[in-house]
Parts: sequence; C-alpha cells; structure tokens
Amino acid sequence: MCTYATDTVPVTGSGKGTPAWFPVTETSVYYDHPQHAPAEHTLNLDFLNPSRGPSARVAVELTTDSARALATAILAMLPPE
Amino acid sequence: MSHVEDALTAQPVTFPGHGGEEIEAYLAQPLGDGPFGSVVVIHHMPGYDRSMKEITRTFAANGYNAICPNLYTREGRGGASPEDAAAAARAAGGVPDERLVGDVDGAARHLRSLPTSNAKVGVIGYCSGGRQSFLAACRLQFQAAVDCYGAGVVGTPPPQSPVRFTPLLDQAPTLSAPLLGLFGAEDRFPSPDQVVELDAELTRLGKVHEFHSFEGAGHAFFSPNRPSYRVEAANAGWQLIWEWFGRHLSG
Repeated sequence: MCTYATDTVPVTGSGKGTPAWFPVTETSVYYDHPQHAPAEHTLNLDFLNPSRGPSARVAVELTTDSARALATAILAMLPPE
Repeated sequence: MSHVEDALTAQPVTFPGHGGEEIEAYLAQPLGDGPFGSVVVIHHMPGYDRSMKEITRTFAANGYNAICPNLYTREGRGGASPEDAAAAARAAGGVPDERLVGDVDGAARHLRSLPTSNAKVGVIGYCSGGRQSFLAACRLQFQAAVDCYGAGVVGTPPPQSPVRFTPLLDQAPTLSAPLLGLFGAEDRFPSPDQVVELDAELTRLGKVHEFHSFEGAGHAFFSPNRPSYRVEAANAGWQLIWEWFGRHLSG
C-alpha cells in the first residue's frame, strides 16, 4: 500500500551525508514502501536540510520490528528530562 | 506495425512540460520504420528510478514508442539523485495535479511528434501514477489508458497525508479513453470497495473500461524488485496490457 502518511519534525543536529557532515534542520518520518530495504513497508527517516537542496539527506529505512526496537532504545538511552 | 522484436534504442530526452519548463524524460523506441503506437509511462511515487526505465524499455521491446517523464524534474534540479528528488517531492506535498497534466501533455506531444508515431497515444501509471493516469485521461485526449493500483481516484487520503490530492471521481465524465484497471484484491489503497465504486461509476457513465482484481496480490504487484511482486498477477497483467494497447493503439 501507499500510506502517503508523513510527519515532519523540526530538529537540530547534524547528519553525515555525501560528501560531508551538514546541519540537519528537519526529519521526515513515514511508514511506506522503501526505496531499497527488502520489505514491503518500512519506517523511513529522512534527515534533511531543505535549504541545501534535496541531496542534503540522510535516509534510513527500517523494518517495523527494527524501528520499534530502535525507538525503545533511544528513549532508554536518553538522560531524564 | 512492424518492429524487430526486442530491438530498441533508449535515451534521456527533454521536452517542454507544464509552464514551458524543460522536463527530463526517458524515451525508448523500437527499431523499425513504424508506424508505432505510443505510451506515456507515469512513474510510481518512489520516482523516476531504474525499475520505471525498465518498464519503459519493455514497451519499446514490444513495439511501442514509450516515454517516462521525470515528474520530479524540478525537485531534482542541481544533480539530486532520483531517490532524493522523490523524497523532496513527497515532503513538499507531492506533484500538483495541474503540473502533472501539463507534464504528461508535453510527453504525449513529444511522442506524437516522432516520425514513427501513428498518432495514437496511451497512458499507463503505477501506484500514485495510476491515479495520475486516470487524471491525465480525464483532462487530455488519449486513445487508451491503464490504471495500475492507483490510490485516490475514489476516496480521500489519510489525515496525516502530506500529499494533497483530491478524489477524481467527479472528473470521470470527461474520461477520454478506454480504461484498463489492474488491482490487487488485498490492496488497501485503493481498497476493493473503492475499485467497485469506480467500476460502477464508469458503467453508469457508459465509459469503456475493463477492471481486473487479482487474488493473492496487494499493492505494487508489478514490481519485480520488491517483496510485493506477485508473479501470477504480474504475468496476467502484462498480457492484459498488451491486449488493451494492441486493440486501441495499433494501426
């Protein structure tokens, strides 16, 4: 299916793309067909800096189980607010 | 139509699209003098990628001039990869319908201008391109159309959708071409109920159409490089496409 669903989250940080690091200003989160991963649907993350054009993008496609495990690990790893 | 089976040439070209902007495209042509029917191939939401170029070559290998316009040409300017351009287009809300119609119109004009053209042009699209194939056939003059599991012809997108498309059912009265619809019975976008609704409306309007829903297949069953590939549905679907275009684009 094409879910077409996307959430865009403003962020501050950096990502390492090609050829070098760049400031990341937003992240697209969506669950849909992957470009590359061998699964019908994946949780896709695009770390972006639109002001630098579409190539300023670090893309990750994770299987559903992987994405859930990663989300849990991230929350567990962060210091308390 | 005389062509040498499986003999073709393929190359990138440009043509004026919506607003006169130069649009990148992939053109595949059979070897031979023609005259040949033509097909505009509308790529899926992941973009102007290798698999869509392969499909475009497949049409040429079977005797059709075929062109696949890069609908994300504008997002990809500056050398972005097709994948990055697709992500940018998605984040920007998808391709506006007016822009799509203008770009497909330019692609069809390019095909009709080819010296081997028989002036008959069909349109086919996959995934989001299925909806866009229907849209183009409602807004432009084609001799045949194929919608491969296009979501959004009937029904509205999910609330979270960044892709701001509207249902097209109200445009069905102006459908200019016989429509072949190929769907997966296990697809959710479009759902089987939505396929039935579109079928009923086209019947009510007296529009020539033929719909097939394949059991055991979901979305994107034509994509051999994805787990969604279903060989039985894909093989049967290709045969239906050859029969449909053979009937409406030959001569």
